[in-house]
Amino acid sequence: MTSLLPPAQKNWWAVPVGRQEIIWIAIALVWCLIMFFMMPLWHMYGNQNIPTEAYKVTPAKYQAKVNEMIEKYKVREETAMKIPVVAPPDGADVYLLARLWQWYPMLELKKDVTYRLHLNSIDWNHGFSLQPVNINIQVVPGYEMVLNITPNKAGEYTIVCNEYCGIMHHAMLGKIWVKE
Amino acid sequence: MAQFRQCPDTGLFFHKEAENLMKANAVAGVVCLLIGGILALLVVLTRWPAIHLLPADSFYMVLTAHGVCALIFWMIFFEMAILYFAGSTLLRSRLATPRWAWAGFVMMVIGAVMTLAAIFGGKSSVMMTSYVPMRAEPHFYLGLVIFAVGALIGCFVYLGTLVVAKNEKTYEGSVPLVTFGATVACIIAIFTIASGAEILIPTYLWSIGYISHIDPAMYRLIWWAMGHSSQQINVAAHVAVWYLIAGVIFGARPMSEKVSRAAYLLYIFFLQLASAHHLLTDPGLSVEWKLFNTSYAMYLAVLASMIHGLTVPGAIEVAQRKKGLTNGAFEWLRKAPWGNPVFSSMFISLVGFGFLGGISGVVMGTEQISIIIHNTIYVPGHFHATVVIGTTMAWMGLTYLLIPVLFRRKMIFPQAAKMQPYIFALGMSMVAVFHMAAGTLGVARRHWDMGFAGNPLGFEYPATAYLLMGIAGVGGVIGVIGGALFCIIAVGSLVFGEKLQKEAGLLQSFGVPLADSAYTNEKPARLPMAPAEAVEADHGESGFEAPGTFILAMVLLVSFVIYYFINWKYLSEVWGIS
Repeated sequence: MTSLLPPAQKNWWAVPVGRQEIIWIAIALVWCLIMFFMMPLWHMYGNQNIPTEAYKVTPAKYQAKVNEMIEKYKVREETAMKIPVVAPPDGADVYLLARLWQWYPMLELKKDVTYRLHLNSIDWNHGFSLQPVNINIQVVPGYEMVLNITPNKAGEYTIVCNEYCGIMHHAMLGKIWVKE
Repeated sequence: MAQFRQCPDTGLFFHKEAENLMKANAVAGVVCLLIGGILALLVVLTRWPAIHLLPADSFYMVLTAHGVCALIFWMIFFEMAILYFAGSTLLRSRLATPRWAWAGFVMMVIGAVMTLAAIFGGKSSVMMTSYVPMRAEPHFYLGLVIFAVGALIGCFVYLGTLVVAKNEKTYEGSVPLVTFGATVACIIAIFTIASGAEILIPTYLWSIGYISHIDPAMYRLIWWAMGHSSQQINVAAHVAVWYLIAGVIFGARPMSEKVSRAAYLLYIFFLQLASAHHLLTDPGLSVEWKLFNTSYAMYLAVLASMIHGLTVPGAIEVAQRKKGLTNGAFEWLRKAPWGNPVFSSMFISLVGFGFLGGISGVVMGTEQISIIIHNTIYVPGHFHATVVIGTTMAWMGLTYLLIPVLFRRKMIFPQAAKMQPYIFALGMSMVAVFHMAAGTLGVARRHWDMGFAGNPLGFEYPATAYLLMGIAGVGGVIGVIGGALFCIIAVGSLVFGEKLQKEAGLLQSFGVPLADSAYTNEKPARLPMAPAEAVEADHGESGFEAPGTFILAMVLLVSFVIYYFINWKYLSEVWGIS
């Protein structure tokens, strides 16, 4: 039962290590370094990186920006709740607001065009989960995050909330349409 | 005068006070596991789309309670028992300040009851993470704080015991590896609890109105310094339990004390950085911060786990080969005592933690890959592999070991006990794997209705996702059956098991010491160093001591590499984000 006893040698740290362990440690270390450098490499050559651009913002200010955008670019309304649908021009700043329990407004975007998507919650934490592409971003109240997004496929997309936000969390949906 | 008894079967010495504390903590832990398991069944049956058992409000309440009970209370109570075992029993030392340890235990019980009362009151369904500004009732936070302070006292009692053992020279040389590992767990626990205090005390003050605002991003950052680190206590402690069980069952000696201890040292330095895993898609954190922290500074804690993953089975292999099981690469493994639940629980814990929990954890903790996994049900899939198959199964194996040793009872239902680890592992592996698979299809975690019934916007996950969640549901039920079997065997043995020592009665199972006649005032003989062994001839092929283990390790590595790059491939197909 020697893992339960003090080491056999008083100077156990001076006992040489076996060849098998050294080889395994070397292999594992190389793999660890590969995994580490994959991340900065993806920043250089990959197309999916979370940017660091973010601003502190109050709910009132953010709501105002959202309303201003809706006024300018609204194209229609959807569902009985008359949720506005916004079709912003290419490359525009798009403001999406998360609140209990809705993503507001809905968006109509174009394929292969890059937009500056702003995300913020005006109450609790929410989770921006774009389906079926499966892009998942944490939405934290008080912080306006800016993502440069480029839809690469046309279709209808749903935003699910995947951060628990109270009793109607499971009913919190939003829509994005991507057109050719 | 400190009183000790010696276990006639294992030769371990138990200090009377420490023994009571171990029993009390272990029993409290199993009670929490039992509650957590019942809640798990309700969660599973609700997320199984075809059954969808609970209404939404009860589901979120039950899910909150399940997380707190299973992930915090069961783990930490049991860890206290392990600390007292590693400090007092393994070092043959009296426990330092047992009264303080009892005070800590009582606080933990009070805290646990208080928090659970808040949750079942129905107004604190905030999930274990309780992200502000969502508000729970004040005693939800207060209970957690009291529980944590109790656990902190236990940590200091353990450290005090190390000092006592050193001063009273109860052992020769350095502390045993298992005690070393427990000390690492203790250090990580202190960091964890300090972080918890730093965020939960202000949140408590906020909930009663003394603080007006808590920054939600800061909350997440500091909360996870507790939330993730508490799982790192489990890692450090369950690796120590692996070494312990390997030592007890096989007489295995560590392949190299230096390597194993150095790996533990890496845990102390780097493991807690992993709190960043939860913040990879949060606003405002710099790339450098994320890269350094999410990778545990270039994956040095992953390196440590990969080392333990080789040295634990390697030690077993060397011990088995010494007994003559030298045919081929795997005779040592084939002829291992698979019918002994102590061993099978431990070995499944090791393999499951590495292949399911470890690989998925590192992959999802990669900065960019988090985008396709964050907050999907992949995450619960991953951590049920680490904390249930990994930690809980290690604890179960240890419990099977301790029923005769600590409680002096014979285990009831030995045939059922033989099967239990396999049933539990099968169920929980299904939960882990199929939740992970459903997560890759985008299914959200902590979500009552994946069908979005009646929603005017309407959305349907692919049909496969429903199938996967259904299979995960079946797995969950099997897992709960396995868990229930464990609770029945463990508790049943304490109550109805045949006494191995006539002094052991019913009350002894619940903390009351054995009759005084079993103890003596005699100080145990000093714990000797492990016997030095002559340099052995190579047992395996090509100069490798443990060739079978090396093959297994390479299988792990290849799976790891393939799975890692598959996920980069998936990531590359989603919308551009920059």
